[in-house]
Amino acid sequence: MEQPLTQNIRPDRPPLNLAEYADAGGYQGLQKTLTQLTPEEVTHLVLESNLRGRGGAGFSTGRKWSFVPMGDDAPQPKYLVVNADEMEPATFKDRLLMEGDPHQLIEGVIIAAYAVQAEIAYIFLRRCYVTARKRLETAINEAYAKGYLGRNILGSGFNLELYLHMSAGRYICGEETALLNALEGKRAIPRSKPPFPPVVGLWGKPTAFNNVETICNVAHIIRHGPVWFKKLSRVPDGGTKIYGASGKVRRPGAWELPMGVTIREILEEHAGGMKDGLTVRAILPGGASTEMVTPVHFDARMDFNSLEEVGSRLGTGTMVVIDDRTCIVGLMSNLMHFIAQESCGWCTPCREGLAWVAKILKAIEQGGGESEDIDHLRLHTRLITLGHTFCALAPGAMEPLQSALTYFEDDFRRHIHDKRCPWR
Amino acid sequence: MVTIYIEDRAYKVEKGQNLLQACLGLGFDLPYFCWHPALGSVGACRQCAVKRFKDEKDSRGELVMACMTPADSGTRISINDPEAVQFRASVIEWLMINHPHDCPVCDEGGECHLQDMTVMTGHNYRHFRFPKRTHRNQDLGPFINHEMNRCIQCYRCVRFYHEYAGGSDLNVMASHDHVYFGRFQSGPLESEFSGNLVEICPTGVFTDKTLKSHFTRKWDLQTAPSVCVHCGLGCNTIPGERYEELRRIRNRYHHQVNGYFLCDRGRYGYEFVNGANRIRHPLRRTEDRDDAKPLMDNEILELAAAMLAGPGNVIGIGSPRASLESNFALRTLVGPDRFHAGLSDNEFKCIDIGCNILQQGPVPAATLQVAGMADAAFILGEDVTQTSPLMALNLRRMRYGKAARIASGFQVPDWHDAGVREIAQLKKPDLFIAAPYPTRLDDAALRAVYAAPDDLVRLGFAVLAALDSTVFPIPDLDERFRAPADEIAQALLKARHPLVIAGTACGSSELIETAANVAWCLGRKGRSAAFALCVPECNSLGLGLMGGLDLNSAFQAVREGRADKVVILENDLYRRADAQAVDAMLRKARHVIVIDHQQTATSERAHLVLPAATFAEASGTLVNNEGRAQRAYSVMSPKGEVRAGWRWLQMLMKAAGNSGASSWLRLEDLVADLVRNMPVFQPVAEMDPKLSLPTSGGKIPRQSHRYTGRTAMHADLEVNEPKLPADEDAPLSYTMEGYDGQPPAGLISRIWAPGWNSEQALNKFQSEIGGPLQGGDPGRRLIEPPASDDGRYFAMTEQAALPGEDEYLLLPIYHIFGSEELSMASAGVVRRAPLPYLALGPEDAPAGDGETVRLLVNGKSLDLPVKLIPDMPERVAGLPAGLPGLPMTALPAAVKILKMEKSEK
Amino acid sequence: MLSEQEKKEIKAVASHYPMKRAAGIDALKIVQEHRGWISDEVLSQVANVLEMSATDLDAVATFYNFIFRRPVGRHVILVCDSVSCWIMGYDTIADHLQHRLGIGFGETTGDGRFTLLPNVCLGACDRAPVMMIDDQLYGDLDAEKIDKILASCD
Repeated sequence: MEQPLTQNIRPDRPPLNLAEYADAGGYQGLQKTLTQLTPEEVTHLVLESNLRGRGGAGFSTGRKWSFVPMGDDAPQPKYLVVNADEMEPATFKDRLLMEGDPHQLIEGVIIAAYAVQAEIAYIFLRRCYVTARKRLETAINEAYAKGYLGRNILGSGFNLELYLHMSAGRYICGEETALLNALEGKRAIPRSKPPFPPVVGLWGKPTAFNNVETICNVAHIIRHGPVWFKKLSRVPDGGTKIYGASGKVRRPGAWELPMGVTIREILEEHAGGMKDGLTVRAILPGGASTEMVTPVHFDARMDFNSLEEVGSRLGTGTMVVIDDRTCIVGLMSNLMHFIAQESCGWCTPCREGLAWVAKILKAIEQGGGESEDIDHLRLHTRLITLGHTFCALAPGAMEPLQSALTYFEDDFRRHIHDKRCPWR
Repeated sequence: MVTIYIEDRAYKVEKGQNLLQACLGLGFDLPYFCWHPALGSVGACRQCAVKRFKDEKDSRGELVMACMTPADSGTRISINDPEAVQFRASVIEWLMINHPHDCPVCDEGGECHLQDMTVMTGHNYRHFRFPKRTHRNQDLGPFINHEMNRCIQCYRCVRFYHEYAGGSDLNVMASHDHVYFGRFQSGPLESEFSGNLVEICPTGVFTDKTLKSHFTRKWDLQTAPSVCVHCGLGCNTIPGERYEELRRIRNRYHHQVNGYFLCDRGRYGYEFVNGANRIRHPLRRTEDRDDAKPLMDNEILELAAAMLAGPGNVIGIGSPRASLESNFALRTLVGPDRFHAGLSDNEFKCIDIGCNILQQGPVPAATLQVAGMADAAFILGEDVTQTSPLMALNLRRMRYGKAARIASGFQVPDWHDAGVREIAQLKKPDLFIAAPYPTRLDDAALRAVYAAPDDLVRLGFAVLAALDSTVFPIPDLDERFRAPADEIAQALLKARHPLVIAGTACGSSELIETAANVAWCLGRKGRSAAFALCVPECNSLGLGLMGGLDLNSAFQAVREGRADKVVILENDLYRRADAQAVDAMLRKARHVIVIDHQQTATSERAHLVLPAATFAEASGTLVNNEGRAQRAYSVMSPKGEVRAGWRWLQMLMKAAGNSGASSWLRLEDLVADLVRNMPVFQPVAEMDPKLSLPTSGGKIPRQSHRYTGRTAMHADLEVNEPKLPADEDAPLSYTMEGYDGQPPAGLISRIWAPGWNSEQALNKFQSEIGGPLQGGDPGRRLIEPPASDDGRYFAMTEQAALPGEDEYLLLPIYHIFGSEELSMASAGVVRRAPLPYLALGPEDAPAGDGETVRLLVNGKSLDLPVKLIPDMPERVAGLPAGLPGLPMTALPAAVKILKMEKSEK
Repeated sequence: MLSEQEKKEIKAVASHYPMKRAAGIDALKIVQEHRGWISDEVLSQVANVLEMSATDLDAVATFYNFIFRRPVGRHVILVCDSVSCWIMGYDTIADHLQHRLGIGFGETTGDGRFTLLPNVCLGACDRAPVMMIDDQLYGDLDAEKIDKILASCD
């Protein structure tokens, strides 16, 4: 099985430096790009490859780049921003890529910037990823020294400044437009769209915006082409995917697999199944903002379209495994506590509604639930949906709760009736 | 116009609106919080949700926020859709989660937008059972009270304060349900427009602190349509009274003048009406004027008759802070050739020139609304934030106008507040300021240049030469001004609506002429140019149009014995001229009669003092800086012996045997006389409220239909229900009864509509949201450019000699709090006013702030601490204008400044 | 007063952006690196350097988790309390830490050694439960490991 994203990653050893990376075939994608391809051709290759955004939204990367105005009349400067603010609970794939093979990301950044003719790029890295920061800083310095960053890269006339910006800690920064505001030195409140970032982004200028994992695919696509990329996958969406599993499985971790493997395969073959004595009740396939999937659907493929058919989403592709000894209500309470505190405070349903839901769940978990609580929770899952709120954070937060109420309402009823958590 | 569908019915609405504007404009009651007509839409609160359908067949639809959705052709929505109704009620329920049960003790109750919207959505049952979050409050200064527990996080306050008004010391802190709106640390809010927070905030977080000292519910206030008296802009206000005390000032919308906002001086400077400094009784002083004796009614007429009899002439000194009617009455008493405008020499000259410019020049006077929409502006010599504050607020809007123009190229509509900001990044507009010292508005300007007034005149001529080199040769100009002059000229030429602003603050009529030149040149080059003249007081322009002799000739007339009786109307002459000259006149005159409402240094020297009514107690007409005559109606009946100034003058005319006054039974009669005598005021007669009164239902009541206690109010004095005071001078009554429909625009006494108890009810009074009032905004412009243009310009006059070798040019530095006479009777204003200082630039004060120097002016000496102002031109000094305790000498003047030796201190 | 070094670092990072105030967070982090936390006076000074008002800078500073506006200990412990760590035993290690240190979340030990804070997902879910102390990540925690780690901090 080809694993282009992780082929250079060696656990417990430092990542490849620039020379080693080049020896392993690195920066050939960049060479090809700057010597043989126009920006539009790069975008076209990525479009053809069916690469979909790996940050959770799954939008076609090539299509997103095509929205950036090109040509001499386009506003200048243009920007490329990489979302390295991985804070979705249970998600740890971007950390793996940045710590493991920083040059892969940098090469992808330069090619992506070239595709949209951005002359300034920022990697927006979450504050806690200290190791990733150090390794990226080293790699960036190496790239500058080699002339892969800065002015007139490889004599092509293309200039790119790459800055590593460390976040100050807020989940909402992972939202595209909120991140732009954070980069501008403001509070990370999302923006309403239109206008859209490819046209009006950082400081009013066209800005391309991509997740770390998405960018890491770019150099490979340029080197080997869209046909190769599509063949890596088992479904129409191209490429491989870093999947992960955490929870009480035998081997929690992350693995690069063809896009479209099934839930069962990840759970049983790679994560080794459940620890002794435990059975799985459900999983959250793509981090904390996705609906639960119960075992009856474990043959569903982990890709953007297939999971929607079973009422969930791919999200980040790192699954949370919920065993039968873990209290679902407590889990929901934990998730809602997290999301309520990460609300930016801009719009009413998220700011007040999530806090209310978190309080109800905490009360239920601690034995203070009341009979109307389930109706209130359900009402909130109907009220807090896309379009009703200002951004997608709160609707995402409601997804696990909605599925928990659908599949496991009895757990809630028991807590309320018994006035305590049966697991404690 | 486009057609939209609401509940399947078709409606035509103006293009370019959002659905919330469209629905409100059509009269639908759609709730909202974060949208504001002046601030645009951001889509934060989610209150205005409606159901939108793709087409007639779509029965499911989706919820959208009306404020963020364009009202495009064919848009199809339902307001009553059950899902939308439920969602809107849920939003209220969410907001109520943490909202305290403060209504009974909250100042906002009864005019609270949150109350109104809660009732409108039908939410009424609390399901939340957990503790509420609470906050600590800050002390935000004398004007604004802070009660954060009530906050519903609509973000309007920071959007107004920070983005609209350019303030930087109020912002939102923290996140999720702990967001906090306040300052970095407790302390007075710095923006001169902070008071608008009390009307912007839809709940009781920000309330009027001055009202708290004499609190009254909105429904218990007696209110009337009035005009602010604290500067020359003539912002429209609604004062509120109860128990014979003026309690607060609120905004009265006028599309062309103040719009939705007031400045803090106008909002909080009202205590002079109630204060201990009021003259409430007629007083008589003997020859040496040491003691003042009260007079009985019948005594006054006799005494006045005695005073005014005799061979000597009577001269009258009018006032720029008195109404047209009172000034005209004085003029009628003494005759046009003995009527003096009570202005300082510089002001007299400036206002005279100003009136000429407006009446004869080819460029119209700018309204505040025009100022806000200018695409280039040039201010010559004025710190507008201090002298004409709302002009500054409107000029800050130029930035947004520029951004909106850019945004329209990206198909982002101008009401999409955040979108416009993101696209245009709010680059500074083409606003240029040339002043003798740094001004408060500099941070909004593209370029600010500092120079002494003479150099500013030269700069103005340089700009003119750059606009059109054929008019005058380029003047001798310091090198450092050449580039700015060119830059300013280029920007003004590029603009379609350029604006030139000058004022009386520098005391230089040449500067005003120079500014007019620039404006006229732009107009003659085909631009829609406008000219704004900043005048200091509420009727400066009115007095200027009325004409009158200058003050010096009054001093001269008395000195030379041609007049021995002086009648002074609402004026403290010690603020207008050197103390010696005023002393001399008041000492020499045999009889000095002063009619005023404030005790002043002048009234202290009067033989007869008559208690005049303030604007709150007597109706009158004021003319603002653009020549707009506006009627300010009294809000309460004058108490005791207080009477309108013109009624006292009527009495004096009777005492003097002048029969003309007997025809003035009510204000209208006087106005008719005024207009007959001086045709320039003809439009004032057209403002006759009888012309706009509704045909049935009686007068417009000043009291709401929920006013309470009117029979109990005076029961301590007399148990029988008292006869209500009549008002001969206005189509308004001092009662609850009367016409209960929507009054004509000029008679709007309160902003209220069924279900809309707060100022948001204004939506129902406008012909379009954010547009003119229904029936047209009140007031009448008196001056428009003449039909033909004689093409002339003002030539550069001989420049006065620069200050001598060891002298400084002392200029007045205006302060919004401190320089204006009436507002300084309000404790809060005094707190915000500066202490005396002497401003110097770095070359003249190397030791910096705090060093004490001795100022020698007019033979007097004054020790003052130095305030170092970077960029203050060399050998220019500044003294805060109008502060009590500082010599009221006519500035600018040449002065000597001595540095103190350490041993002298 | 900000040191020359701090001002130099702030100016350097400000050059990454077209406007000074975009470097607000970077500037505060630089100063926090030197001083551990941001006091009111220090915040005002940083605001000065960036040509913005203290209120505007505080509006940004207080939004984020990692700008400390109150003093912290020599070592800041961040305990991940998100879902995977919660499943794998967050409650136990949180109790242990509080018990061992004698403080609750948001507090600092009396000797100024440790401040204990909860944190959202640290992105090491395959090694849950996880905590960070200063720049160091520690996974697969149990009481024994925690005690060893605490002992190793000065």
